Amino acid sequence: MTNEELKNNITQVFSAVTFDETGEFLNVIIPSEELLPFMKVLRSTKEFNFDYLFCLTCVDWKDHLMMVYFLNSKTHNHTIVVKAKITDTINPQIESVYDIWKTAELNEDEVFDLFGVKFLNHPNLRRIFLEEDWVGYPLRKNYVDEHMIEL
Amino acid sequence: MGVKDKLEFPGQIHETPDGGFMVTQLDAVINWARSNSVWPLAFGTSCCAIEMMHTVNAKYDWSRFGFEVMRATPRQADLIIVSGTIVMKMAPVLKRLYDQMPEPKYVIAMGACTISGGPFFYNTYSVVKGIDHIIPVDVFVPGCPPRPEALLHSMIALQEKIKNDAYFRKQVDKK
Ligand code: SF4
Repeated sequence: MTNEELKNNITQVFSAVTFDETGEFLNVIIPSEELLPFMKVLRSTKEFNFDYLFCLTCVDWKDHLMMVYFLNSKTHNHTIVVKAKITDTINPQIESVYDIWKTAELNEDEVFDLFGVKFLNHPNLRRIFLEEDWVGYPLRKNYVDEHMIEL
Repeated sequence: MGVKDKLEFPGQIHETPDGGFMVTQLDAVINWARSNSVWPLAFGTSCCAIEMMHTVNAKYDWSRFGFEVMRATPRQADLIIVSGTIVMKMAPVLKRLYDQMPEPKYVIAMGACTISGGPFFYNTYSVVKGIDHIIPVDVFVPGCPPRPEALLHSMIALQEKIKNDAYFRKQVDKK
């Protein structure tokens, strides 16, 4: 499907989404509560069949966090970017997509480790790069520690 | 030119009809041997390591200067070229590798990262700001990454340092 077709088909299923077409891929911005049902539709509907989550990351915009999911379909060869805004930066949380794509397990561990996003219903949420007793989440813009020399 | 000079024996050789004898200092001859057979540890942590591998291979070929074999175990190495960023998590590993090397041992800090944290000096949570916080360094090579010529230069500088060492005399003095 082309970006245009994807866009039309998605609006038919979900009305609460907004689009951003500035990049190469179609960006779909969705409220974080709607993420899981929306992702399930993308994965299980035959015409979409997004069977491959090839990147999962997070961006800190200071006043909110943005989860970013890159999805690809091996059968239709189309790609989409799903973004979900998390407004609560003190205690950010979002549903895990582990049930849909197993690969999300380690990706979500990484986002938890470096951004501190809690994934609900994740099988084993833990720090994977930093030590267990590390304080804070280093990729957050407001992170500081005693080793850090600020410019 | 220079390469051959460095291999020249430090002392006098006196030929006699049935063989000959030579006159030298123990330190001079030990240092001569040691500086021409430095065994570096195969250790590299990031982009500088690529440049170091380049220096090993045919185009630059550091064997010409007496750095023949790279060792995969610190127990057989006497030089560690720290080539690349050292992060907090790597620091204890580097210290342990250094501790496992037999005396006398030498350290070359290759690249801006190992000198001061280099490009990762500001706003980083992970990078050690200079490996001299962890282990003593003999030669620093600036650059990001240093060219192979620069690394060779530092190794030749290290050879000079080894040649001026009085290792044997120090052992005697200790007694
Ligand atoms: S000094 Fe530059 S080239 Fe060397 S490891 Fe650091 S960033 Fe890489």
